[in-house]
Amino acid sequence: MITQPTPSAPPPPPSAPHVAGPHLPRLLTAVGQHDERAMTLASHRRTYPVPEMARRQPIESFIAAVERSGLRGRGGAGFPTGRKLRSVSEGQSRPVVVVNGSEGEPASGKDVLLLTRAPHLVIDGALLAAAAVGAKEVMICIERDKQAAIRSINGAIGERIGAREVMIPVRVRVIPPRYVAGEESALVHFINGGEARPTLTPPRPYQKGVDGRPTLIDNVETLCHLAQVLRWGPAWFRGQGTDDEPGTMLLTISGCLKRRGVCEVPIGMSMRTIVQAAEPTHEIGALLVGGFYGTWISADDMGWISMDNVSLRPIGSGLGCGAVIASPRSVCGLIETARVVTWLAGETAGQCGPCVHGLAALARGMTDLATTRAPAEIVTQLQRWAGQIEGRGACSFPDGAVRLVRSALRVFAADIAHHVHHGPCAAAVNRSMLKIPATVPDREKVWR
Amino acid sequence: MAVSFRLRLDPIACDGRGVCADLLPERIDLDDWGYPIIDPTPMSGVTAQHARRAVAACPVLALKLELVQSSGSIRGSHAGRTSSSHSLR
Repeated sequence: MITQPTPSAPPPPPSAPHVAGPHLPRLLTAVGQHDERAMTLASHRRTYPVPEMARRQPIESFIAAVERSGLRGRGGAGFPTGRKLRSVSEGQSRPVVVVNGSEGEPASGKDVLLLTRAPHLVIDGALLAAAAVGAKEVMICIERDKQAAIRSINGAIGERIGAREVMIPVRVRVIPPRYVAGEESALVHFINGGEARPTLTPPRPYQKGVDGRPTLIDNVETLCHLAQVLRWGPAWFRGQGTDDEPGTMLLTISGCLKRRGVCEVPIGMSMRTIVQAAEPTHEIGALLVGGFYGTWISADDMGWISMDNVSLRPIGSGLGCGAVIASPRSVCGLIETARVVTWLAGETAGQCGPCVHGLAALARGMTDLATTRAPAEIVTQLQRWAGQIEGRGACSFPDGAVRLVRSALRVFAADIAHHVHHGPCAAAVNRSMLKIPATVPDREKVWR
Repeated sequence: MAVSFRLRLDPIACDGRGVCADLLPERIDLDDWGYPIIDPTPMSGVTAQHARRAVAACPVLALKLELVQSSGSIRGSHAGRTSSSHSLR
């Protein structure tokens, strides 16, 4: 994974000490430009001193501090982290902390980057969250195919045990490398001995999760921010980002850009600034924001959209996991969408009818629209299916495919008119910018 | 306290046989693949009685009838399935 803090960051305040935190980058400080190895415990402690709050403030104040910081989850849903901590801590029995290190989104690489290069920052966040909610056990879930991340975290856990740092049991749980295996009810089901497939909710994991206990499940990046909140305080945290969505976020940028990789930006940065700083190699036709589970944004909208949910929600989009793919004008957005939806359809857990059959129908419909002279009614049909699928899975996985298709029908409306009247466009034969993993046949899918 | 009920479907258990839609067409529609689309509006009286029949007829027990209390909280009508802390969306 290439790591380049790409877009220009505001200069640090004059009083900022030379440690990670008070200036940008906040998380990627631990990710050196030249050192591919994981940061050791000693260099981690130099870069990220022991949190001041953990030293001076009572543990009871942790949750209030996270609430005041306004931190929201960075896994995709954007739920307020403080509120989640509060709910878990108020449960009936002793909670468990689960670090969600699954990164099934093919266009995202930020969580694996943190796990691989800054494992101690992740562990700091997990331990602080555990202290905040009163948990005595932490599990870090990582996909089986992310071997470097598994090695790095296991190494970091070993280092802490060797350094005789007081710690509660922290264990790695290796999960199947499937997109929906990272959904929180699927994680809980897997940890409890079942298959890594979503279950019916409620009860939600924060009420009844691992071993039936209240379970805090937070994304890797979220916990790294949480550690920084408790290190530098909520007011510092709010020094970047917007009032509603404070802080910085990691983006994984790819596509027709010269500077691809993971970068850290304040939430609310203009989309155009981000893209221009990454130096486009072609004229951009559209952006896929949120990765394969995301939505298309036209090049025209790029001018006024900023990277925050308040700006993105009105157009049916959202930050998601922070993956941004720039697609050149020379590539057909309909074919790209058809390929992504086909891949998503192949990632279904195969449990709910509307997901299994609906996503397959969307994939076929999008493929017909992109590659044949499809009848104009296909658009109406796709809209109808989208309406029938939305909200009808046990988890929200099918809803992602629905949002993607709807955004494609909106952003590529002119291309659709061309396809319907003249057949596939010339761009349809151009090479894709999207690196789509091979679809795994159902019989080869492993859920344990 | 006004007592009413509403239907809740377990989409994982449901395998789309469509019996429920035959018995309760006023509340249950089928999608293009034969899976039930449930109207979540609370109901009472005769409709609730018909709904109970549809619930009982489901061969895979995917359909449930939940009690909706006027306070806004719901409780599962089946033992072992309580969600009283879950407020109505």
